This record gives sequence, C-alpha cells and structure tokens, in this order.
Amino acid sequence: MKHRAHALELLLPLVALALMALVAFTVGKFPLAWDDVLRLFWAKLTGTPHALPASTETVVFGIRGPRIAGAILVGAALSAAGAAYQGLFRNPLVSPDILGVSSGAALGAILGIFLSLPVLAIQGFAFCGGIVAVALVYLIGSAIRGHDRLLVLVLAGVVLGSLFGAGVALLKYLADPYNQLPAITFWLLGSLAGANGADIRSAWAPMLIGLVPLYLLRWRMNVMSLGEEEAQALGVNTRQTRLAIVGAATLMTATAVAMTGVIGWIGLLIPHVARLVVGPDFTRLLPVAMLIGAAFLLAVDTLARTLTVIEIPLGVLTAFVGTPVFIWLLAATRRGWT
Amino acid sequence: MRAAALALLLLLLPAIAGAQTRVFTDSAGRHVTVPAQIGRVYAAGPPASVLVFALAPDKLIGWTGPFRAAERPFVPERYADLPTLGRLTGRGNTANVEVVMAAKPDVIIDYGSINPTYVSLADRVQEQTGIPYILIDGSFEQMEHAIELIGDLLGVANQAGELWEYADATLRAVDVARADQTPPRVYYARGPNGLQTGLAGSINVESIERAGAVNVAASLGKGGLAQVSMEQVLAWNPEVIVTIDPNFYDSVQRDPLWQGVAAVRAKRIYLSPSVPFGWVDFPPSVNRLIGLHWLSWVLYPDRRPGDMPSIVRDFFTRFYHRTPEDLQIADLLRGSGLTP
Repeated sequence: MKHRAHALELLLPLVALALMALVAFTVGKFPLAWDDVLRLFWAKLTGTPHALPASTETVVFGIRGPRIAGAILVGAALSAAGAAYQGLFRNPLVSPDILGVSSGAALGAILGIFLSLPVLAIQGFAFCGGIVAVALVYLIGSAIRGHDRLLVLVLAGVVLGSLFGAGVALLKYLADPYNQLPAITFWLLGSLAGANGADIRSAWAPMLIGLVPLYLLRWRMNVMSLGEEEAQALGVNTRQTRLAIVGAATLMTATAVAMTGVIGWIGLLIPHVARLVVGPDFTRLLPVAMLIGAAFLLAVDTLARTLTVIEIPLGVLTAFVGTPVFIWLLAATRRGWT
Repeated sequence: MRAAALALLLLLLPAIAGAQTRVFTDSAGRHVTVPAQIGRVYAAGPPASVLVFALAPDKLIGWTGPFRAAERPFVPERYADLPTLGRLTGRGNTANVEVVMAAKPDVIIDYGSINPTYVSLADRVQEQTGIPYILIDGSFEQMEHAIELIGDLLGVANQAGELWEYADATLRAVDVARADQTPPRVYYARGPNGLQTGLAGSINVESIERAGAVNVAASLGKGGLAQVSMEQVLAWNPEVIVTIDPNFYDSVQRDPLWQGVAAVRAKRIYLSPSVPFGWVDFPPSVNRLIGLHWLSWVLYPDRRPGDMPSIVRDFFTRFYHRTPEDLQIADLLRGSGLTP
C-alpha cells in the first residue's frame, strides 16, 4: 500500500514532465505543424523514412530537443542541490547559491565576456569560477574554529558571495558599454536560448556525478537534518558527509549555471513544493523535487520562448512566477518545517 | 576730449568682452555662453570623441577610454597618446569631475540622444564645474547638421565643410546603390552566440536600415537590443548576416545548426570591422559613414561602386588623419568577409 503511494507521487510529476515535453516540442517560433513533429518522432522510432523538409528535423532535434533537455537537466540539478542544502543547513531559506557558487560562476563568465572569449571558454570560466568560489568558502569555513561550523560556513559564503558580486560590478563598470555590457546583462539574467547539443553532451555527466553521492547519502541526509550533535551521536561522520554533499551540490549547480547563466528561485522554491507533497524525508524528497523542478523550468522556458516576440530572460520569469507561489507557500504551510 | 575718450571706452567695453564669449544654442535649445575661441575640448562620450577627433583633433584633450592594440595603428600617435579621462554621460560615468576640471577644457561636448535626463545632467555638470556643456543631437538624420554645428562652435568651418560634403556624398552613393534593388533581408547578430539582435529603430541597426536592408528582427516591433531564439533565426532565414562579434563569426561557419540559415549556406555572413572605431554599430558617430560604404558592398554585390580599398584609404585619411597602408586595408577587408 505504502509502496503504491510512493510510486504514485513519482508517477504524477513524471507524467506532467512528459506532457510538458510533448507540448514544448510542438510549440515555438519556427512554424511547424504539431502533427508533423509527431510524424517525425514516429519515423525516427520506427526507422522509416519521412518526407518532411530537413528544416523540420533541425528545429526539432537540433534546437528544441537540446533546449528541452537543458531545461530538464538544469531544473532537476538546481532542485536537487537546493533540497540537499536546505536539509544540510537545516534552514528553509537556503538556496544552492548560499556558498557562493552562482556569484563565483557569474564572476568567471563575466571575466570571459570581458576578455571577449568564445562561448566555450566563457562556459568553462563560469564552471571553474563556481567550483573555486565554493572551495574557497569551504576552506575558510573549515579553517575558522570555535564557532558553530554551519554558521561560519554560511557566513563565509555570504561574505565571499558579496565579494564576487563586487567583482562582477567592477567588470561591468570597466566593460565596453556598447558591446560587452549588453552581453553581460543578458548572461546575468539567464537563458536557454543558446543551448545546443554540445552543451547537453558536456553537461549531463557532471550532473550525474553530482547526483550519485546525493542519492547514496540520502539516509544520512535525514540524520544530518536532525542537527550536528544528534547526527554524530547516531554515528555519522558529519564532516565527511557535509563535504560530500557540498561537493556534489556545487558540481551540479556550477554545471547548470555555466550552461544557462544565473537562474534564481528554482533551487529555493522547488524543494518547498516537493516538501509539501511528500514531506521532509530526503529519500522521497530528492526524486520528487528533481521531477517537479525539471517540469517547472521546462514550463517556464517554454513560456519564455513563446509568450512574447522576444525571449523573456529565465531569471526574470522564474522570479515573476516564483514569488507569488513562494508567498502563498509561506502563508499556507502552518506545520513545522522539519 | 577726455570725456569723448571715456565715452568711446565705455562703448567699446561690451564689444571687447563680447569678443571673448558668445552665446551658442545647442541641439537641446539650451543657450550656453562659450568662449569665442575654443582651444580645448572634453568629449563626454565615445560618439563625441570621434566627431571632435574628425573635425578638430588638435582641440581634443583626451579620450573616454584607452585604445586597444588593434585600434592604435589607425590613429596618429600624437592623438592616440592623449590621456584617458573617462566618460561623463548618462550612460554610466567613469570620469572624475575633478579630473575633467584639471584638464581645463574650454567646453564639454556630448553627442547623442537628447532627452530630459541628459539635459538635466548637462545642466548639473555645467553648474558644478562652470564649464559650458554643449549637447548635440546624435541621430543619424542629423549627422550632417551635427558636423556643421561643431564646426561652427570650434571655428573649423573649412574642415566641417569638407566632412559635410563627404557625408552627403556617402548618403547619396548609398541611395544610388540601393535604388531599384530588392531590399536584402539582414539579420544583425551580436553577443558570443549571435542570438542578440537589434529591434526596429534600435540605434544598433540604423546603418543597416539606412543602407536599404530589411532588418528581419524589425518584425518583432520597436525596441533596443533583445535576445532571440535560434528557432526564430531559422524561421526568418535571412539572406545576409552582419555581426560585430568575432567569436561568433569564427564559430558560425562550423556550427551545424547555423547551416540551416540561407545566409550561412551562401557564405553571406560578414563581420563588421571595428577599428579604430566600430563601422556599423557603436559608437554612433561619423565613424558609421565608412560602415555605410562597407554595407553597400556587402548588401549589393552586383553593384559595388568604386573600389573599396580606395574608399577606406580616403575615409581614414579625411576623418582619422592617418593614411593606412595597403596591407592594413586588405587585412581589414578580408577579415570582414569581403574579398577586395
């Protein structure tokens, strides 16, 4: 009985995600009939030839496909990282950015734009910037003793995050206001408009590598959310566990941000939605949060590319959608958070 | 006798004072008292720098930003070595007002859009520093008028007359090139992945529109810069792509997705040169005249009036006061996708 309920809570978001993907494949700026898209899928599945123009295949598999895959990967990764951090830091207001990964990645990417580097290098700079930022925060947080460990870590993240933010501001100030500044602004708002097959091929592996420790440590995550002393009393090596979770979440977030630019809200909001559905048990929370996050970002991105004539930045749209939902959640959830 | 001399002196006094200053009416309709002889000009932004540099390079006291290595060879050294003073416009200030004052300009000139924000900024700086602040309308249609105004203000009517004639001839040459041609459908690409573009009426695409092309993004409406999707570009399927981003220009020919665009398949993708100042886009100043010549070569391959290297040599000599080497010109044109 219980197993069937658990299967259902996974099945529902999975069906929603699949339907969302189907919708996303059939809408867009390039005029394609929806039945042509389905015919193309059928032809690919059965291996039969189709008489559709080559542009149909390019749009469906070269543009919409990678973009949909990108939205799913990034939405799932940010939600997983957010769920892990909210448990680890025992704080509902924590997002994957808390240890500076986004601000570090932003500084890296903007340095790349500032130096007029190609896209691949900008993405590489963003990824490395995110990883280096969290490594620095972690080193500083571990070096300072005599305080609450988690508090010191979060404080170090906030302080270094604002330092990287200042670096971003400095580069914006120094950038060429006509050519570079618009590119920087667009990057900071986040978008999947440029996502292509190469992005997906290089992003899925680091995201999977980040997911594995989160999945393996799912039981310990529950123990960690009881608090440091309780976890130690139950025989958990809190230091190692914390390092593994922070490392995994950082890898996933840095990969996501390098691909899309900064996208807020997903990592903060989606774990709460998932918690409302399945409760705080991390073993159930993790997969549900990932599925809801993937479906949510896919829906938002589909809106972003179809709602108006130009692209709406994801960072803007997620906040517009996310803020009212978040306020409603705060008002509606009366029960204790853990 | 003495009384007559005193009376004469009294009569002359205003005339003597009047010889030193005069009232200049700028494009915003502000009446600004300026010295009759202006020797030192601080240009508040890049568009003004280019305009003043073209008209009266010896009066320019500094640049708003340093030259990059690729830009320097096209500007005489004594001008390229002028100090960097920073920008002082509403588009983000980097200049320290004290640095500007210490450089002792006779006048501050800003060349760009005129709106209440810029007018009030000009008034504030003028009040604060006591230096007359002149606003000149930077729109494309007003370019010839702006050349005239600055020529009058700085007392370089001869040079202004020559450049005015050049601008006029350029616009007429473009009109001849585009006459009874089907307007080519052009996508203007910027940003590292080429998916940022200028909407209808955006200052970035003014040159492209003036050259007679149809900006495909104009179908989305009026506006400034905007992000579009790859799918949208494929749907537009432009005949020509003009970009300002060298990274995008390098990668687009190898990118399989972009092969779906007619312009890429036909190899009609061009990189606007950007030295010593941008050719089609920014800064929006007289530098865009050479961009118009270049665009009419890019857009109307069957016409191609004159010979492009000579046009470049002539323009650079007139506006930038240095005649480039043939090799430099050939490199510029080849790098932009034209084979001269």
